Amino acid sequence: MMDLWHIYTHMFRSRLFEEAVARAWQAGRIMGEMHSSIGEEAIAAATVLQLKEGDAMLLDHRGTAPLVIRGVDMALLYREFLGHPDGLCGGKGGHMHLFSRPHLAASSGIVGATGPLAAGFALAAKRLRPGNVALAYFGDGAMNQGMLLESFNLAAAWKLPVLFICKDSHWAITTETEQVTGGNLIERVRGFGIPAEYAEGWDVERLWPLVQKALVHIRDGKGPFFIHATCVHLEGHFLGDPLIRVFRHPLKEARKLTSPLLAALSLKSSDSVSHRKERLEYLLKTIGKAAKQRREDDKDPVKRLRKKLLAENKNRLKEVEQQIRTEIDHIISQVERYEKEAKR
Amino acid sequence: MKRMTFAEAIDDALLSAMEEDERIIVLGEDVPMLRARIFARFGKERVLGTPISEAAFLTAGVGAAMAGLIPVVEIMMVDFIAVAADALLNHAAKVEAFSGGNWKVPLVVRTACGGGYGDGGQHEQSLWGWLSHIPGLAVVVPSNPADAGGLMLAALRYGAPVVYMEHKLLSESWLDFLAFAGRDNIHFWLPEEGMKGDVPDVWEPVPIGKARTVKKGTDLSFIAAGADVYRCLEVARQLEKEGVSAEILDLRTISPLDVESIVTSAQKTGRILVVDEDYKRFGLSGEIAAVLHERNVPCAYRRVCTEETIPYAHNLERETLPNCQRILQAARELLENEGPNRHP
Repeated sequence: MMDLWHIYTHMFRSRLFEEAVARAWQAGRIMGEMHSSIGEEAIAAATVLQLKEGDAMLLDHRGTAPLVIRGVDMALLYREFLGHPDGLCGGKGGHMHLFSRPHLAASSGIVGATGPLAAGFALAAKRLRPGNVALAYFGDGAMNQGMLLESFNLAAAWKLPVLFICKDSHWAITTETEQVTGGNLIERVRGFGIPAEYAEGWDVERLWPLVQKALVHIRDGKGPFFIHATCVHLEGHFLGDPLIRVFRHPLKEARKLTSPLLAALSLKSSDSVSHRKERLEYLLKTIGKAAKQRREDDKDPVKRLRKKLLAENKNRLKEVEQQIRTEIDHIISQVERYEKEAKR
Repeated sequence: MKRMTFAEAIDDALLSAMEEDERIIVLGEDVPMLRARIFARFGKERVLGTPISEAAFLTAGVGAAMAGLIPVVEIMMVDFIAVAADALLNHAAKVEAFSGGNWKVPLVVRTACGGGYGDGGQHEQSLWGWLSHIPGLAVVVPSNPADAGGLMLAALRYGAPVVYMEHKLLSESWLDFLAFAGRDNIHFWLPEEGMKGDVPDVWEPVPIGKARTVKKGTDLSFIAAGADVYRCLEVARQLEKEGVSAEILDLRTISPLDVESIVTSAQKTGRILVVDEDYKRFGLSGEIAAVLHERNVPCAYRRVCTEETIPYAHNLERETLPNCQRILQAARELLENEGPNRHP
């Protein structure tokens, strides 16, 4: 049954946790890239909360929200991001390579790999855990990756219990997916003989029944199902995304982005300056579009659901949020205290 | 003479070559944005953003090269070459042999490699040994801006497939994109001397298959490529203070290997220390030992390499990749226990 209060609790907890992680990253305590799943919480909640014991999750480079919602200890995740030996994976995996065997949750930083991996988990489920499913998360960028398309066929031909979830942000890093994608994604997947349906991924109330329907289909042994859900990555491709940075810190960042462009204008070349201007305008337009689309507040799944619940029962909402805030603060401060002591 | 960063030099040499030869095109994920200067000059006819489908666009690169173009195919990180391995292993590398030498594949595969900034084991590998294992592929790994530009030019004129690897620690733009992402509070070892340097006013090719002696010495020879060259320099300076004269050979090309330069240096110093960020077993370091043995060069030998999956946590990562302490220790072992100058 869809309980919006329950769903919100999970979405809000995941959001607060990832915001704390983002602060640690910004403070320089987390090395390397950090792909946040902020903006994907409705998709994560609508799927993960309907899983059963024994169902598997194959995660892409944005595994945090599904893992938090599945019940993986946030302290273990936070320690992993900090590179601590007591992290979820002993500090060896980092945020792109998170594994929790008890939850049958495995990640890959290779775009598209979750599809065929899920096919394998589903094959094992069919023999060892009938009635269980494997869930594959991937982005719109992955929809052109051969191995993912091949896994659609495999899952269809073998009637594998896989739920394919395409989280479509319209962007693959700095590339607008539309520019490099032929045809229509839903039709493409239907071409493999897989039922495929669309839902706005920021609207958990519409996603929930669709996922429910998909899981019934899969658990009934009717083979895979594909859900195409749109979403907005409010932090961009990764934290510190240059296309977003330039809007947040124009003074510091604009020169970095524009100096190669200006250099191109002043090149000695047979090519006309007006041609180059046109191309520069194209790049600037792309940057502006990326930044704009990633700041569409009305597509923030947490804010959206919050608005509804706020109207329903303001005091209850405040209470729920306060409780989660305390929980997250407690986890973060405990890990940090522990880390300080370990350093000493 | 001009001064350029490592990344600027590559793009500059590529741009000047494209200016002269219309057959050269660039394709890869995000290249309009990542190579904004080149895109602004040549537009989308010659700078093509691709979907995330490495197998398709790299194999398409092979086909385009066979049919008259000189494609520079960018695989964002060498780790992702695994997704498209068939294009290199079974096609690019073999067409010339299969056609009895009648059909060549003038393809440049440009790819970022190397670790040390906390991106974990699927985004930080070197893999040049793995690629060099395949007959028919040339593999180059420049360590400074002048070589970076010169080797790009040479690769474009080579007339056969070249894997051109740019170490991320040398490239300001990759570091800004992946490691710092707008932050100035992240600290890790950087090969600073290689990140910026003098380049010729007009680009000249740096011959493929020729190593460069970075520093002459008589007691011990370091053999390295890419960022490791600067780890060796640091250690050599330390040893110098202790009265040890170390030679450093920067391979620049992994395949074809400059056997003559290796043999000459080994004959001179009698002690070889290979420092290789790539995996230890069945790779470059073993190959160097084998060629020395085949040529009956009497010398002592040690190697410092990466021996396991690169962990995320920075302290573990530092230990796993070659570092100055490990190199210094191996050098001392060689100097104290072995070689022709053991009893001076």
